[in-house]
Amino acid sequence: MMRMVNGLIDWVDARLPVVNTYKKHMSEYYAPKNFNFWYYFGVLSMVVLINQLLTGIWLTMFYSPSDGFGSVEYIMRDVQWGWLIRYMHAVGASAFFAVVYLHMFRGLLYGSYKPPRELVWIFGMLIYVALMAEGFLGYVLPWGNMSYWGAQVIISLAGAIPFDILPFIDAKDAKEIGEALTTWVRGDYLLSTATVNKFFALHVVAIPLVLVALVFLHILALHEVGSNNPDGVEIKQNKDENGIPRDGIPFHPYYTVKDLPGVIVFLMIFAVVIFFFPTGGGYLIEKPNFVAANPLKTPDHIAPVWYYGPYYAMLRATTLEWFGMSSKAWGLIAMGGGIVVLFLLPWLDRHPVKSIRYKGWLSKTLLLIFALDFLMLGYLGTQPASGLAKTLAQIGTVYYFLFFFVGLPLAHRFEKSKPVPERVTGGH
Amino acid sequence: MSNDGVNTSRRTFLIGLTSAVGAAGAIGAAVPFVKSWQPSARAENAGAPVEVDVSKLDMGQRVVAEWRGQPIWVVRRTDDMIANLDKLNGELKDPQSEVDQQPPYAANEWRSIKKEYLVLIGICTHLGCSPLFEEEPTVELQFGGFFCPCHGSKFDLAGRVYQGVPAPTNLVVPPHSYTSDAVIIIGSEEGETEA
Repeated sequence: MMRMVNGLIDWVDARLPVVNTYKKHMSEYYAPKNFNFWYYFGVLSMVVLINQLLTGIWLTMFYSPSDGFGSVEYIMRDVQWGWLIRYMHAVGASAFFAVVYLHMFRGLLYGSYKPPRELVWIFGMLIYVALMAEGFLGYVLPWGNMSYWGAQVIISLAGAIPFDILPFIDAKDAKEIGEALTTWVRGDYLLSTATVNKFFALHVVAIPLVLVALVFLHILALHEVGSNNPDGVEIKQNKDENGIPRDGIPFHPYYTVKDLPGVIVFLMIFAVVIFFFPTGGGYLIEKPNFVAANPLKTPDHIAPVWYYGPYYAMLRATTLEWFGMSSKAWGLIAMGGGIVVLFLLPWLDRHPVKSIRYKGWLSKTLLLIFALDFLMLGYLGTQPASGLAKTLAQIGTVYYFLFFFVGLPLAHRFEKSKPVPERVTGGH
Repeated sequence: MSNDGVNTSRRTFLIGLTSAVGAAGAIGAAVPFVKSWQPSARAENAGAPVEVDVSKLDMGQRVVAEWRGQPIWVVRRTDDMIANLDKLNGELKDPQSEVDQQPPYAANEWRSIKKEYLVLIGICTHLGCSPLFEEEPTVELQFGGFFCPCHGSKFDLAGRVYQGVPAPTNLVVPPHSYTSDAVIIIGSEEGETEA
């Protein structure tokens, strides 16, 4: 029996590098032995991705874009266990962003984007952008009133582009790129079934394909350069006589087994939210989305879901009208710039030390304020923009950009770093 | 392998030429995919321009048409109504129509092509309710205008918003033009857009 199995493996292996791949990425992928709590969120994003793919495929079996609101009601009320699959998917979207934000913050803490891991970071950022597109498209599909008005606001952002029309888009009544683009994206002169149908195709086929491909590249790039760790020490610079890093342990079984309890704890929290707080008090599924889309009735307060909060706050905070461009256009630039600047992170951070553990007090303080700033912007983005909230959002936006363009490039000149150890430590 | 007999510059040229032809082909092939996102023939029909005959409209009256699911108002203003527009400038947020809420040919004080006919999308710029038409002076509107019953926004008889109301901007003027003296086509600028 064993001989037959081995024979089969040999036969396949001679035709496909199964054993080599398994070794390279699992049993002989040496990860630093000092991973801490922050290193759970990579595997957790994989868990949520699988949850989204599985529940998403199942939802397409009952959803129909020509009756978006009705078919979601049907899933919630008539399809057996449909409510659970739908809530797993909707809460999963928020969970995805939660773990991805923590995963990204881990990168900021330990300088995981610094050479030689720039590409790992870039692929990760592309995943983040694809995820934001995916989340937006998905939020439109239930065709509730917040779906409608959220889409209205976001699509009309394209209307802020003040240049002449693109030659190949012949929108008959459109005068500027912006107007033409909005018509092109909607596929109609107003948000309609044509728009939902298009978004459905993008949400269930196009973007997921891109996402999965990017996740593959993210991991491939990571395994090429090796994982960073809380000390920011390159474990590959200290190898034993067999060429194995002295501070590395095989990913499987050590980290697969370590990750399991993390996954279990995560699933417990996830289940609590799904069963007891599936709408998250209006933060995960907003209240107006329990009413069908109504073009004649705007919700009292149009707010994005929490995970877009920081960038929405930047969009609204911008009141400048420089160079004859509208504040709406500048808001769009601030919002887009807030994301673009993250792509540049590996080149903006000029600090010679990778990990926050060995950076000085200034870097630590700036990063702490940045984290608080991001949370504050996120909260403000979901709230009405009144006087004080607007001022705070403006201050927050300015700090956000100062952190990247002044703090990261210059902080090391004004602080004394601790010596970085040769080998990884236990964290004390 | 030796490079004897290889004409490198010719090879570079051919590679460049082939790539250029390939890129042109790729752009050409993208056209149907990009264009399919445009409104379909069905959507275009549903969003087609609407003609409004205003020849039978009495002075000071309004007619309501529908274009792309929105109510379109056409008001025939009396000379008094037009004369009163000037007196309100001090109470309005944007009396000169500087905010981009109208096509360029309606970016004036009376917000229309011909002073006599006002064309507006009848949706409040605050939260999308449809304001009421007050042709006679009321408590809120001393020269008449539009009053939104939902949150009390006020607009004058040019659709210009008053100060101190929730609506942020003037009512929207849709693209429109005149196919003859008394026929307005909503959603098309193929007719006359000069007074």
